[in-house]
Amino acid sequence: MELMLQQLINAVSLGSIYALVALGVAIVFSILRLANFAHGELMTVAGYTLYATLLAGVHWLLAAVAAIAASVIAALLLERVAYRRLRSANPLTLLITSFAVSVALQSLFLLFFGARPKGIELPAFVDAGFRIGQLRVQWLDVFIIVITGLIVLSLHLFLKKTVIGLALRSAADDFRTTRLMGIKANAVVVGAFMLSGALAGIAALFYFATVPNVVPSSGFEPMLKGFIACVIGGLGSLPAAVVGGFLLAFLEVGSDAILSNSLSPYLDAIVFGIAIILLRWRPGGLFGVRMTEDLRV
Amino acid sequence: MSSLGNQKDSSASPANPAAEVILRATGLAVAYGAVEAVRNLDLEVAAGEIVVLLGANGAGKSSMLNAIVGLSPRVGGSITFEGHDITRKSTEMIVRSGISLVPEGRRLFSNMTVRENLRLGGAALGLAEFEREFERLHDLFPILRKRADSQAGLLSGGEQQQVAIARALVGRPRLLLLDEPSLGLAPIIVNRVFEIIEELRRRKVTILLVEQNAERALKIADRGYVMSNGVVEAAGRAADLQTSAIENAYLGTAGA
Ligand SMILES: Nc1ncnc2c1ncn2[C@@H]1O[C@H](COP(=O)(O)OP(=O)(O)OP(=O)(O)O)[C@@H](O)[C@H]1O
Ligand SMILES: [Mg+2]
Repeated sequence: MELMLQQLINAVSLGSIYALVALGVAIVFSILRLANFAHGELMTVAGYTLYATLLAGVHWLLAAVAAIAASVIAALLLERVAYRRLRSANPLTLLITSFAVSVALQSLFLLFFGARPKGIELPAFVDAGFRIGQLRVQWLDVFIIVITGLIVLSLHLFLKKTVIGLALRSAADDFRTTRLMGIKANAVVVGAFMLSGALAGIAALFYFATVPNVVPSSGFEPMLKGFIACVIGGLGSLPAAVVGGFLLAFLEVGSDAILSNSLSPYLDAIVFGIAIILLRWRPGGLFGVRMTEDLRV
Repeated sequence: MSSLGNQKDSSASPANPAAEVILRATGLAVAYGAVEAVRNLDLEVAAGEIVVLLGANGAGKSSMLNAIVGLSPRVGGSITFEGHDITRKSTEMIVRSGISLVPEGRRLFSNMTVRENLRLGGAALGLAEFEREFERLHDLFPILRKRADSQAGLLSGGEQQQVAIARALVGRPRLLLLDEPSLGLAPIIVNRVFEIIEELRRRKVTILLVEQNAERALKIADRGYVMSNGVVEAAGRAADLQTSAIENAYLGTAGA
């Protein structure tokens, strides 16, 4: 029973991280039909910022803010420098560009920080926890789950209640008509990248609190998981991204619990296999949405 | 065609010479790659007028309306609105300067509510101002009150068209472009749409209307242009544009 609960907490906590990554990926995808593989590098930027600031003795709260700010700025730079000219390019060009940007950023990290892992000096409370009977709960998991809940809720309200939020939704549905409302295309795209960057930054905080060292390729794995979560849920839909994130985490934690130790190195392969079977059954994802083709901005 | 050729010069200008021309397109050309949709088109709309743009399928009417708001690829000519050159402005800047388009096929944001659709139409307004404008539209569009929180995609075609027109009006444009507002609607609903246009006319909204229903459109319009294969075949006061001329444009050259 305790073990089950323990696994449940693990799954929800991991699912929270995946959901945040998936949301960041989905926001940009829904509006530009751009699969931004460099989303992982936004997380890496936050990771290195966390490493550098904590090393310099900055208070962890400030370091966290700096890390989020760094990935927001990186996201805005990406949009301005790499993607803006290509907004009306064909999907394949976008895909290749995004892949190239991801690789280029990793090389840049390698140049600046080297290949060796940089250990992040986490504050002590990260390891602290409490017990309920046999169950040991880490405060970190509580934080991750509660804060993710608050973020998803405020994102929902933002998209429902503010004009810029409504514009983000309508642009995902029909960009041309959104511009006919007098809404600036650039404002919508920049807004989407800002949100995406902030979500990458927050996800990075949680991710590096559980895996406390950074290498140039750190962002790759969570980015991949975020994309898979999006695809499982249904690319382009934000609620689907959240559900997909939690589903993927439950699949992972569940498989890990059920499989014998000898199989655990193959965990990713098994989970991705299940995801592929799921997609054969529902190619559009569980909550697949209709995609309008005219994306020309 | 020859009898109409000379009409063009004398009547392509506003019905009421005293009224100020607010929209003027000169030598406008639109092309999609090799497809020339609009060629060398001159068009004027004066304040308070209803001008109708007629023509067969593929004549270039939508291309023309879209060109005004910068949505279709213009390859020549110029457009001024209230004396300002808007030829190279972005769609959003043109809309913000006071022109609103109700696109062909309505194009509501179908998974958003009626109210959310209108909020986007009035995106430039503050919340309080928006609420006032929203209220103000209720008498013309009772549907707004009844279905404010319904998902727009679930409304009937006629209801959607009303929401689309309301969405274009909420930002208080000084020129309204309507692209085939009666398309695909049942006759009784078409009546309702024309009633709305007439009411807008009473309220001094300037309208450039694209319609397939030539007879009805000419009844409410001040002036008209008949397009065929991307050029203006005839232009003049609505009353003077004989049905025969229009039939010519629809069935003659346009059929080729
Ligand atoms: N996006 C586009 N790409 C290529 N060609 C286009 C495009 N839009 C319109 N055309 C072509 O331009 C010409 C004019 O089309 P347009 O839609 O302006 O006509 P229309 O008068 O509005 O017709 P309808 O009554 O059917 O709405 C047509 O030959 C059409 O095929
Ligand atoms: Mg048309």
